[in-house]
Amino acid sequence: MTTVVALVLALLATGLKDIHERNEAIYNKKALLTAIESYLENPAKDLEDEEVINIFDQQVQQIVIDHQGNQIEGVLAEDIELAKEKDKPEAERQYPVYVFNSPKGKVYIFSVRGSGLWDAIWGSIAIEDDFSTIAGAAFDHAGETPGLGAEIKDNPSFSAQFVGKKIYEDDGEYVSVTVRKGGAKDPEHEVDGISGATVTGDGVSKMLYSGLKNYEPYIESVQSSNKTSN
Amino acid sequence: MAEIAEVQKPEIKKREPLFGPKERKLITDPLNDNNPITVQVLGICSALAVTTLVWPSFIMAIAVIFVCAFSSLFTSLLRNRIPKQVRMIVQLVIIATLVTVVDLTLRAVDYDVSRQLAVFIGLIITNCIVMGRLEAFAMANRPWRSFLDGIGNGLGYGGILLAVALIRELFGKGSLFAGSPIEWKIIGPSADYMLDTEAISWLGWYQNNNLMVLSCAAMFIIGIFIWIHRTWNPKLVDVS
Repeated sequence: MTTVVALVLALLATGLKDIHERNEAIYNKKALLTAIESYLENPAKDLEDEEVINIFDQQVQQIVIDHQGNQIEGVLAEDIELAKEKDKPEAERQYPVYVFNSPKGKVYIFSVRGSGLWDAIWGSIAIEDDFSTIAGAAFDHAGETPGLGAEIKDNPSFSAQFVGKKIYEDDGEYVSVTVRKGGAKDPEHEVDGISGATVTGDGVSKMLYSGLKNYEPYIESVQSSNKTSN
Repeated sequence: MAEIAEVQKPEIKKREPLFGPKERKLITDPLNDNNPITVQVLGICSALAVTTLVWPSFIMAIAVIFVCAFSSLFTSLLRNRIPKQVRMIVQLVIIATLVTVVDLTLRAVDYDVSRQLAVFIGLIITNCIVMGRLEAFAMANRPWRSFLDGIGNGLGYGGILLAVALIRELFGKGSLFAGSPIEWKIIGPSADYMLDTEAISWLGWYQNNNLMVLSCAAMFIIGIFIWIHRTWNPKLVDVS
């Protein structure tokens, strides 16, 4: 009986492996596109699989950077898993950058990862080409409470708050964006928290602060190269 | 449980019709008198967890019906060869295989829903309904009847699951079937009235009740279901 069971499962698993991988890739790409939804014609979740692949083929440039912000050749951003990078020593970590070329200019999508109340949370943060203004954000989680922490993904109005926030002060100091319990006080750098989800909200704040900080060297290097080319 | 066992004494000599009254009772009994959730109070864990949205609950119900029916069938086929001491392990292997089949298939067919159901598809393995039916019924009955019994119990579970999910999604999120091909936003500020906006825009006053999204709402709803069920079906009151 064990042999039969093993055979059936092994066959099924190998037979469906390609479809699983394709589905997962599309799921992840859709999640990324949710962050730049305002630049797309249709909401990301209504996109057909082929459209998602088309957008990625034609408008998205995938870059991988090391912890000093230098571009690494020969690697695709979609092959980088932040969960694994977190276990590496800091000097070896690699970070994915997706550059979306829209008619309105370039949008840089950075991936961040942290922990919520129960389990991991992660997100994609799209930043305009001034490298400070957030163009959109999308979050996901492994096991936050439905109706409370899970609202970071389920409630579009939470992520919509991030649009237009700035991660740098006007004088160039890095401040990130904070989720504030009891309502945002600073219109440029804070968003409202979700009632009943304080820990998840704090997790999002921490994730954004440390996650986006990883991209600082890259941001600086792109900005300085932009200046010299101008 | 006791009454089922009495009714279902296998009569080997007479050849029975495929869908006689006894077979029919196997399907209908778990829907009412012996409902796994409202009478036996089994499978509550997943019933609380997955019922925030109707569509995943529907998929979950189908998965449980499938696992319940086929694990009953296979266990019943093997029932005379399974040594008593290791019967649980054999049953578990059967259930686990079927659950893995469901999980792999679902991931290939509808990846979004499989992400939403996440761990709960895997947890069908520990769903008390499945193993309870194997122990109580399939180990002592012929394959066809065990199969029907599995379907019946799966339906009894799935029916309650859908009923709870309908209430929770409608009042918690103002929508129905979110995430499925037919997504309706019915009430609340985000409703996209399928008909003339003016005509039914009065539905927009509704504010989504976040309590309904939390697991405790499912607890209340199932509790109310049990209450209604017992009031409506006096047979159940005598049981306890």
